[in-house]
Amino acid sequence: MALGVESTGRASIGQKTLRTDRWWLAPLRIGVILGFFVVYATVRIFMNKWYWVDEFHYLTPLYSPCVTESCVPGSSHLGTWFGEFPRVIPFSIITFAVLAGFRGTCYYYRKAGYRSLFFAPAACAVPEPHKKYTGERKFPLIALNLHRYFFYGALVFGVLNVYDGIQAFHGEDGGFGIGLGTLIIWINLVMLWLYTLSCHACRHIVGGRLKNFSKHPLRYRYWTFVSKLNPKHGTYAMISLVTVIATDAYIMAVSAGWFSDLRIFN
Amino acid sequence: MSYKGKFRVWRGDSEGGDLKDYEVEVNEGEVVLDVIHRLQATQAPDLAVRWNCKAGKCGSCSAEINGMPKLMCMCRMNTFEEDEVVTVTPMRTFPVMRDLVTDVSYNYQKAREIPAFTPPADLKPGEYRMQQVDVERSQEFRKCIECFLCQDTCHVIRDHEENKESFSGPRFLMRIAELDMHPLDAADRQHEAQEQHGLGFCNITKCCTEVCPEHIKITDNALIPMKERVVDRKYDPIVWLGNKIRRRGA
Amino acid sequence: MTELERHSYDVVVIGAGGAGLRAAIEAREQGKRTAIVCKSLFGKAHTVMAEGGCAAAMGNANSNDNWQVHYRDTMRGGKFLNNWRMAELHAQEAPDRVWELETYGALFDRTPDGRISQRNFGGHTYPRLAHVGDRTGLELIRTLQQKIVSLQQEDFQATGDYEANLKVYAECTVTELLKDGDAISGAFGYWRESGRFILFDAPAVVLATGGVGKSFKVTSNSWEYTGDGHALAMRAGATLINMEFIQFHPTGMVWPPSVKGILVTESVRGDGGVLKNSEGKRFMFEYVPDVFRAQYAETEDEADRWYKDPDNNRRPPELLPRDEVARAINSEVKAGRGTPHGGVFLDVSTRLPAEEITRRLPSMHHQFKELADVDITAEPMEVGPTCHYVMGGVEVDPDTAQSVVPGLFAAGEVAGGMHGSNRLGGNSLSDLLVFGRRAGMGAATYVDQLGSERPKIAEADIDAAAAEALAPFELEGGENPYTIHTELQQSMNDLVGIIRKEEEMERALAKLAEYRGRIAKMTVEGHRQFNPGWHLALDLRNMLTVSECVAKAALQRQESRGGHTRDDFPGMNADWRKLLLVCSLDTDGGVNVVRKDQIPMRDDLLELFELDELKKYLTEEELPAT
Repeated sequence: MALGVESTGRASIGQKTLRTDRWWLAPLRIGVILGFFVVYATVRIFMNKWYWVDEFHYLTPLYSPCVTESCVPGSSHLGTWFGEFPRVIPFSIITFAVLAGFRGTCYYYRKAGYRSLFFAPAACAVPEPHKKYTGERKFPLIALNLHRYFFYGALVFGVLNVYDGIQAFHGEDGGFGIGLGTLIIWINLVMLWLYTLSCHACRHIVGGRLKNFSKHPLRYRYWTFVSKLNPKHGTYAMISLVTVIATDAYIMAVSAGWFSDLRIFN
Repeated sequence: MSYKGKFRVWRGDSEGGDLKDYEVEVNEGEVVLDVIHRLQATQAPDLAVRWNCKAGKCGSCSAEINGMPKLMCMCRMNTFEEDEVVTVTPMRTFPVMRDLVTDVSYNYQKAREIPAFTPPADLKPGEYRMQQVDVERSQEFRKCIECFLCQDTCHVIRDHEENKESFSGPRFLMRIAELDMHPLDAADRQHEAQEQHGLGFCNITKCCTEVCPEHIKITDNALIPMKERVVDRKYDPIVWLGNKIRRRGA
Repeated sequence: MTELERHSYDVVVIGAGGAGLRAAIEAREQGKRTAIVCKSLFGKAHTVMAEGGCAAAMGNANSNDNWQVHYRDTMRGGKFLNNWRMAELHAQEAPDRVWELETYGALFDRTPDGRISQRNFGGHTYPRLAHVGDRTGLELIRTLQQKIVSLQQEDFQATGDYEANLKVYAECTVTELLKDGDAISGAFGYWRESGRFILFDAPAVVLATGGVGKSFKVTSNSWEYTGDGHALAMRAGATLINMEFIQFHPTGMVWPPSVKGILVTESVRGDGGVLKNSEGKRFMFEYVPDVFRAQYAETEDEADRWYKDPDNNRRPPELLPRDEVARAINSEVKAGRGTPHGGVFLDVSTRLPAEEITRRLPSMHHQFKELADVDITAEPMEVGPTCHYVMGGVEVDPDTAQSVVPGLFAAGEVAGGMHGSNRLGGNSLSDLLVFGRRAGMGAATYVDQLGSERPKIAEADIDAAAAEALAPFELEGGENPYTIHTELQQSMNDLVGIIRKEEEMERALAKLAEYRGRIAKMTVEGHRQFNPGWHLALDLRNMLTVSECVAKAALQRQESRGGHTRDDFPGMNADWRKLLLVCSLDTDGGVNVVRKDQIPMRDDLLELFELDELKKYLTEEELPAT
């Protein structure tokens, strides 16, 4: 039996889509970026090294907080909460789970993923290849509804990252200092926070769930603020993804000694 | 400033049909619907097309232009190259009646299944008091002109005829959101959205927002907030527990 | 015998705009089985084009407002030609009708204390228009549509059938009303989709078909506005009044050509927009007529102060009633002070901050951006008059909306009398609600009074209606209806337009006689299934009849008043105010126009006006004794 746009009764047009623009470009581009991130992050968390630059107190966000006894000296500035991890388990596993979970359940990334990776659909008015579609109503996709918990987690990690950022103002002689690394870390921090605060779950929690804004003026103000950021959630999502990779790559390179940090002050 | 435009228009009915080529005069400042009308007046007097206001306010002339769901009256001809072939077909999610006209009764059926606005029982006409900030969210959704382009583009039903039964589509999920956010509506909309109208089918790929001629942020402002409200009620263990305790306390 | 589907109802409402839906709601709530028949899809009616708002003296924005003030404004706007009883009912009942909409779920813009916000509009003394941005008509139609659905849901609960007592027949055109003796017995029509015939057996028919704008070339009206109700009523023996009064809305788009005529809402001016000619001058100050001199500002400063302090300043002349503004624009363009595309400039960009414009006038912003590539927050619009509304229509009893034909009711634009010679902006939506409801009630009461003695449909009438509908298919080699339609529109626009001359109208009548011959011989290609050529052919007959009424009545009325401006009779004449021109069909289908005296205004209503003002409109004998 014919399916979708070829179902009985619908106009028999013959072609699956008549779109003449390059509709495949956007999903392809996003798909490449997402694919790159997945590969990069996987490789990186299994490296278990080059995440800390002791000289300037740079800690990559992918390994923050570093709280196992396996962490290199200095990097666990929040203390060590766990014993040594076996070699096969990346010791940034918790960080990674929360960050990947936040992004994986994010409404923007869901759109990006469905379009680019699952072609459901790849672009508007372009038929998807699947025979059946049940949406987010069943296991496992129903778990995406837990997005708000990852948001809470991301908030905690966001605060920890700010702490890391403050540590990164560390000069060669032990006092205050700024390097290119510090700037990159802070740019990333800003993007991460914009991404986190513009989240749809955040918008709902601060005020969106209310029926009457007028009875909660303060929460209405929060909601208005988040609502201003929210339309750019997708943009922040992609930019912060790139800045995270860039920050991590930079710290990895400095830590590995591939090149040295460009110092601006001390 | 006029030129001969190349048009391919789908002609046919539910039995079958095909794309027919036409050459039609196109003048400065015209929209696709003008050209379709000229086609009607000069070459194809029986070309079926639905239209009314020709100003993007009634949502009648929905069709697909070069494969994209659009209003014919809001699609300017200067968005195409002069030698570009413009293909116009009926909406492909609904059964076709003839030529560019489709049977959109699915939408009216779904509209009927959403319980109407339910005001508090003791409130008399003239006594309604609502703040502007409280009505603004629903007002955005009430801009909807019911062109059904969002329904047309939604892959849940476009690509899966069988889902029409249990999925009401973005237009009507937005209608539920509108009522749920109405400051004086007293009915429970959240369970209904998930259980009866298939909110869970939506995978927020945002095509509804992309094609909306009124630029309503259907996904960000209606569907996702509605999903979050459903999470409150159905999937959030802490909120669920909190409500349980509060109810017991009361 | 003609093959068709038959349905039996108590009340059939033709037209699903504001008036039709409100009538249907009322009839159904009165317990009558009701059908709504409309040419378009449910919810697409022309009411969505209404932008500015719905006038109702609720007194939310200015507590001095009340129904008497609204009544006075309406009578002034219509130059005292209005049916005073209709104007009275309208002013009294409009607030209740608006409040009722809130119980159906409407969401109007709000005042700071949470009530319905009201905006200024031409001819209204106080801010009076309940509105939602500039898409009030859409809100109205959607609200009524949703109320219909909620009534259907009630019926579903009770009977298991949504359509047990209230059904919408969408994309279905009525071509003939049927009678048994004098009284209405039903309606005959066809499904646009299949071309198959349909018959409604019903003792009461409510006409709510809107206006006649499609007979004019430059119009804000959609294809549906072909005067169907006007023509149906006449063929059924009813009478039309005031057909010479056509409202040309002063501000329609003039560029690009494909959107020429599309409406630019009066709210642009209500919210501060000003009209300028090509020399950059605010020309409206030159065009304030004597009857309005006292209420309008004389300097730009005073006019500008009025927006902030309306109690101590007079209104800007941009907010004169529509007929005045339309004529002024027409004169400026004729005097060579028009814009490149033959309009004048309407500028709001220098008057309000961009953000405010997009908030208050979102759909105007959208419309100009998408259709004309003009950003109204940064540059002026080009506007000119466009045929917008017909004040004339079926002559009805004010209280019941019944025409002279028993069982035939009319409400909304298709009914005549309420607006006199010129309608005020915002009075249309309130008219729909007030008289839509009254027509529904009137029809229900009429059906009750009939009891079991219902008029019956004669088979011969059905066959005749069917033959008439199929006539365009019979001939071969005749003209295409599109050609005749284009010519008809051009003739009406040029010869019976804003400014009228005897000689031109006579030419128009000659042209109309010629079209009548050509229409009888036109040919339609293709078959009956969704065939727009055929649909137009049938509508064309109606447009012709209505155009004849307009031209003949306009030729007779030897004065200028509201929507009727005679170059050869420039002034208002109190003797003509007393007279209505009543159109009816004679046996061979020609239009007859006879004069009829107006009923004098009731004393207590007369007392609402100052004697000085009355002197401007009434004859010596009509003035109250002092």
